[in-house]
Amino acid sequence: MQPQLSSGSSGKASHSKINKTSLSRDLRFVWERSKKFLTPLVAIALALGIGAVLMYLNGYSPLRAYSTLWWGAFGNLRNISEVLVKATPLMFTGLAMAVAFRASIWNMGAEGQFFVGAIATTWVGIHLGYLPPWILIPLEMAAGIMAGALAGMLAGYLKVRFNANEVVTTIMINYLIIIGTNYLVTGPMKEVTQDSFPQSALISANAFLPRIVPTTRLNIGFLIAIVLSIIMYLLIFKTSFGYALRATGINPEAARFARMDTKKIALLVMALSGGLAGLGGSIEIAGLAHRLFSNVSPGYGWDGIAVSLLVNNNPLGVMFSGILFGALRSGSEIMQINAGIPSVLNSAIQGIVILSVIAFGAYRFISNKKEGKE
Amino acid sequence: MEDIQWIVGLQGILVATIRLATPLIFSGIGLVIAEQAGVVNIGLEGIMLLGAFTGWTIGFYSGSLILGLAAVIIVGLISGLIFALFTVTIRANQIVVGVAFNMLGIGLSGFLYRTLFGREIGLLKLESFQSIEIPFLSNLPFIGKILFQQNILVYSSFVFCLLAIYVLYHTAAGLAIRSVGEHPRAADTMGINVFLVRYLCVLMSGVGAALGGAFLSIAYTNIFVENIVSGRGYITLAIVAFGRWKPVGTLIGALIFGLFYAIQLNLQSLRGIVIPYHVFQALPYFMTILALLSMRGRAIRPKALGKPYEPSA
Repeated sequence: MQPQLSSGSSGKASHSKINKTSLSRDLRFVWERSKKFLTPLVAIALALGIGAVLMYLNGYSPLRAYSTLWWGAFGNLRNISEVLVKATPLMFTGLAMAVAFRASIWNMGAEGQFFVGAIATTWVGIHLGYLPPWILIPLEMAAGIMAGALAGMLAGYLKVRFNANEVVTTIMINYLIIIGTNYLVTGPMKEVTQDSFPQSALISANAFLPRIVPTTRLNIGFLIAIVLSIIMYLLIFKTSFGYALRATGINPEAARFARMDTKKIALLVMALSGGLAGLGGSIEIAGLAHRLFSNVSPGYGWDGIAVSLLVNNNPLGVMFSGILFGALRSGSEIMQINAGIPSVLNSAIQGIVILSVIAFGAYRFISNKKEGKE
Repeated sequence: MEDIQWIVGLQGILVATIRLATPLIFSGIGLVIAEQAGVVNIGLEGIMLLGAFTGWTIGFYSGSLILGLAAVIIVGLISGLIFALFTVTIRANQIVVGVAFNMLGIGLSGFLYRTLFGREIGLLKLESFQSIEIPFLSNLPFIGKILFQQNILVYSSFVFCLLAIYVLYHTAAGLAIRSVGEHPRAADTMGINVFLVRYLCVLMSGVGAALGGAFLSIAYTNIFVENIVSGRGYITLAIVAFGRWKPVGTLIGALIFGLFYAIQLNLQSLRGIVIPYHVFQALPYFMTILALLSMRGRAIRPKALGKPYEPSA
């Protein structure tokens, strides 16, 4: 079943237009065109509204909270650049989800795939650090993509070979990878000179990604994410592979009947999705963290699900929702520091965002149906 | 002498097995009922967290665990109702709704817990459920301590399982549930209210998950910590598939996983082993994947599982 949460003008509405006056037809046309953009906005507004009620009930001032959040996200140039820094990993995990969800493959493993990408890049950045940047940077990214793709393909293989539900396997693989990361940073990859912190050594300076604005932490990883969003859009909507991918997502039986190799597509999609998440982990290490530690991802893989669902799994939309959720994450951290409101609320708001996208889509569905009976 | 130590050690592991299986039995049996009616509740993890938080908080403030349990059941019902609203009435994708539920569960329980108990995170304790010794049976050698010196929730989970078996396979209601999961249109034609059956079954899975989560914070331990459920909601999904969507199979699956958890805790506490403790930590998750691989049959799952029902106009 294809997750048609928002957008997509439904065919049913068009049948009922015959009796309408031309004015209402024009209005309807404008509405049809704009609801694609309205759905996510209304969903966000609704979620922030429910968030405000929650804060109010718990004795916080929602006004102060949201003004702190807004300031924290967009108050000055440094804060704005921090939003884009936070948006970068979310765009990668969001793209990973968009590719998978479009094929109705429920990869919940972006968190783990992000981590293996980070591990591989850290390893390359430490052990091959003597290589010049123009070789090392592509190499470390390739390592991250490969690691993520392999983690994704493992779940894909278990799905096509053993019919094992990918929701469960990817989540279990997440746990295994995160436990593995904890093991690595307390054991084999632990920094030798330091004995207090469970973290790896710094990667070589040759492995660092160049920064866009030298005074901020914003690096070219952000630009790579933008370019990849466009590439993924073209791949999904303008190529025959993308067509097969979407066909499999909408109706696997029909796709099989049309001689599409759905198993191969599932494997490729899991590899692609895992590779994107792995690249996100890679860029987080090379561009920002510069070393491995156990919460190098504070849940970016999970956020990616909301990032993608908000924009109906459209890679171009992921650019915007990535920045939006980056602002939420960055702003809510400042909100926790300045207003004492636990930033874990962010996670609840994401859940409500997804539910309101669905609810808003359903409202349209029901109203269309009524018109169909006129 | 060594023989006795060995037996006592084994007994200890089996006592822990039953206890660690209990949350999985609650959530698992609830899920079996929902899946028999054709609805996959992936939001178990979030509902379990909400249950754990509610039971602990109400129990802590009121000083009454029974009141805590009542609140847990209400939270389970509300969660189930909202889940059913989205998956049955609105017919949204069940996985997407489940994911949203899990985010909500993590966010809400964490936010409320930190807001209410900010500074004393993980320090506050309550008086948890005590073991009840069943007369005569608890004196049986070896198994007496394992099966008949447990707390009331452990016994309730087994009763829940027996009730599910009775209702699903020995009543007209059970027949209705299973037909809705196999062929909703045929069931509809027979005059069964598909939506009503699915709503009720999803409510049961909500209550089961909430009770399972609450067991962790008010019966197995006496504290609430963020993410206390640590994947048990997802593990439940694997156990139900392993148990071939049947209560007995799910019960066996839950007991096997209880054993894994017990062994893992036991091995972690052993001193002087060279294997890093991470390996034992990883055991339940690794076993979950193996459990999924062990069942390949596609025919046994309810045919309409995961598919929303659209009544013909």
